[in-house]
Amino acid sequence: MRGPAGAPLVIEYADYECPYCARTDAMLECLAVRHVFRHFPVPSKHPRARALACAAEAAGLQGRFWDMHDALFADQGRIDDPHLWERARRLELDLARFERDRRCEAVAERVARDFRSGVRAGVVTTPTVFVDGVAHPGIPGAELVARLARA
Amino acid sequence: MIEPGTRAPDFALPDQDGDEVSLASLRGQTVVLVFYPLDFSPVCTDQLNVYQEILPDLEGEGVGMYGISVDSSFSHKAFQRELGVSIPLLTDFHPKAEVTKRFGVYDEERGVAQRALVMIGPDGVVRWAYASQGPLEIPGANLIFDALAQAAPVA
Repeated sequence: MRGPAGAPLVIEYADYECPYCARTDAMLECLAVRHVFRHFPVPSKHPRARALACAAEAAGLQGRFWDMHDALFADQGRIDDPHLWERARRLELDLARFERDRRCEAVAERVARDFRSGVRAGVVTTPTVFVDGVAHPGIPGAELVARLARA
Repeated sequence: MIEPGTRAPDFALPDQDGDEVSLASLRGQTVVLVFYPLDFSPVCTDQLNVYQEILPDLEGEGVGMYGISVDSSFSHKAFQRELGVSIPLLTDFHPKAEVTKRFGVYDEERGVAQRALVMIGPDGVVRWAYASQGPLEIPGANLIFDALAQAAPVA
């Protein structure tokens, strides 16, 4: 979670390979909200989605989740392994540890848990954001953005 | 749409490989039928992609899932490959939509199935059924889990 304490809570289910998610994430960043990100990778549609989610979590184990998160959304055309190593180097991660962690069971389970929680909450498309427990599928509309900006 | 508590009409439809799947052959397990309009329409893609991800959970609970549309076996085969999904897809192609009509989820105007979910118990009786409000509403997989939890077999 990131964002100022007391700000409205927004839970985003998204996939790093999904362009609409990148757009949504950028919109949320411009708002003073407490932003919770949950992984909703759909590999049959986006083959790299799960690997990218695991990479973000692996960076998180070195305290750099949001930096990797932003770096992934910032350049969705470069998502192969060498591109991940490049990002890891830029973030000054321990590369060997990053490589081990992003393939480990605990990280995979973390991502799977996010996905399952999304399914149980009725997520069927990415992105889906939850505000006050209400699901808003797709890129947030002007009305929702205005409401969050006012809050 | 077919009502819970009624006996599901039996059917025998070819799957994506042309192999026949009959409801009678699935007796003894809970079955979820996923009626959807057409292969290769972008919304269906999302729906079956997401359902594919929960398939291990469903199978763990002894539930079988089958997609049904009016497309042919050849189309289903290509669609499965395109999506990378393993959910069997049944073809209600000839006579067109006969099974879809029997379940009461045929959209006469569009000539395709409505987006609907039907859960059939191991005894062949419909436990639960849900139809989307429109072709763009995708029923969340949470509905299936909720229905499963509610429809625990009566002792």
